[in-house]
Amino acid sequence: MLLVSVVLFSILQAAPGGPLTPYLQNPHITQADIERLRHNLGLDQPVYVQYFKWLWQVVRGDFGWSTSNSEPVIQAILDRMPATLELMGCAFSVSIVVGVVFGIVSAVRQYSWLDYLITTFAFFGQSMPVFWFALMLQLAFSVVGVTAFGYHFSLPSAGISSLDTFDLGDRLQHLVLPVIVLSLAFIAQYSRFMRSSMLEVLRTDYMRTAAAKGVSHTAVILKHGLKNALIPLVTIIALTLPGLFAGAIITETIFAWPGMGRLFYNALGQFDFAVLMGYMMLVSFLVIFCNLLADLCYAWLDPRVKYT
Amino acid sequence: MAASVPFTPAVAAADDVAPSRNTVWRRFRRHKPALVGGIIIVLMGLVAITANLITPADPNFIDQVNWQGYPLAPGVAGHLLGTDENGRDLLARLMFGARISLTVALFAVIMEISIGTFLGAISGYYGGWIDFVIMRTTDVVLSIPLLPLLLVITAIVAGTSNKASLNFGVIVLIIGGLSWPAVARLVRASFLSLREREFAEAAKALGNRDGRIIFRHLLPNAMAPIIVQATLEVANVIILESTLSFLGFGIQPPTASWGNMLANAQSNITVAPWAAIFPGLCILITVLAINYLGDGLRDALDPNT
Repeated sequence: MLLVSVVLFSILQAAPGGPLTPYLQNPHITQADIERLRHNLGLDQPVYVQYFKWLWQVVRGDFGWSTSNSEPVIQAILDRMPATLELMGCAFSVSIVVGVVFGIVSAVRQYSWLDYLITTFAFFGQSMPVFWFALMLQLAFSVVGVTAFGYHFSLPSAGISSLDTFDLGDRLQHLVLPVIVLSLAFIAQYSRFMRSSMLEVLRTDYMRTAAAKGVSHTAVILKHGLKNALIPLVTIIALTLPGLFAGAIITETIFAWPGMGRLFYNALGQFDFAVLMGYMMLVSFLVIFCNLLADLCYAWLDPRVKYT
Repeated sequence: MAASVPFTPAVAAADDVAPSRNTVWRRFRRHKPALVGGIIIVLMGLVAITANLITPADPNFIDQVNWQGYPLAPGVAGHLLGTDENGRDLLARLMFGARISLTVALFAVIMEISIGTFLGAISGYYGGWIDFVIMRTTDVVLSIPLLPLLLVITAIVAGTSNKASLNFGVIVLIIGGLSWPAVARLVRASFLSLREREFAEAAKALGNRDGRIIFRHLLPNAMAPIIVQATLEVANVIILESTLSFLGFGIQPPTASWGNMLANAQSNITVAPWAAIFPGLCILITVLAINYLGDGLRDALDPNT
């Protein structure tokens, strides 16, 4: 974590102009003012002193001032976090549930047409450029719309809601397309992984024992098989987490979702490096934290694993 | 492959030796989707190489005769796939886009595999503090999500000078320079087990220098997973580059790349869906073909996994 912060701080140092860029462009601020600001903000001190000062601020939750939004970075991020969590949480749950179900079906009915269908789908899902998939869904469901059963459907293609007041149906409608886009790649990954993991478990002796003891087919697969096949999935889920954040940036940008990813993208266009770094810090921290959590879960779920 | 390992002891079990070329080809041929994938890649490669010969038009030429401010539909005025919002022939841009997207992917992957293999090899072979330093570095890079990191760095480059400086070489350097840790880990893992094998000890006992042992004796035996990984990475880099270009921080217009061709497609999607459909279809088909190819190669080279 500390190493990550060092890397990110070095990148921040390399950012053009530093924190004073907006003032440099202002004709009413003289060179002397700049120098005074530089001194007051401690920018004339050695790099390592600045680093520890910056680190101390970060630890206290102070990520600096967003030049493009004119508010503290932490405020900007926290304001948009619920929207992102809503999107990511839904996509995450959908991916796990659908991925696991697909994986099990695929493994249990190995080499059936259903298995081929699911594996082909998984290959498509992994190869799909997220932004293009999003555009195609917008084209199909929002621009053209779908006519089925005599009704003409169309789904909203942008935003988190169209109403000022909270309305569950409205919110859900806005969620459908972004969640499909964001979860596709993960469904693909999880189902492929779950399939091979389940196939491995199906071949083990304890599965045969359970079947021999007269436990019903479904119970064997769900109680004995699934439990063991899920264990390695924990690691994969932790490993794919950075991808979820990356996917969220693209998805939020295309669907005009008012979340952290869109904040990040807008900050990119404005070269608002304080926001960019704040986002990177937070996301890296979350990723490291989740990896740690996954390791702990793994040890807890699988008694064979011992950490020394 | 076995031939390049002169010191493999004769007692080694049959499955200890890398499969011969013939076996690999026979296994690969059985994998139909991979074969089809391979053919598609070869065709795409040919289109990319010969783009300037077979193109129906100059990719940056604006058809001012027929274009009147909005994209021309496929088939209109001799534009087979229509034009983009600036009246430029879509098919021509797709062909030149293939050239850019594929070369970026190729060079970035060569860079990534070279760095990753080199660092992974010395990390796995020497162990100790070298291993510690290299592995902590990979940990750090891997725990920062790649796409945001790439975006921040390209934004810094663009902000320092201007967006036009984000040319082909810079994109290759940035992608290649940041995506090697996964390769390094993979190579390190196979070196850790390879260095304990008898032929490695034999090579050492014969007084070979470390460099020779690493590159002449161990590396050929670690090639199979590296080749598979390299193939899959080409697919990843194509997606990464097109995503960067789509978001405006990759290959800059007017140079066509499959990603930046889609950048304006969203706002025009109601009037010109074809401008959005075709570039993405190219990305999807190519990446899908490469993924199937990689899958087939994995089965052919290493049937145990």
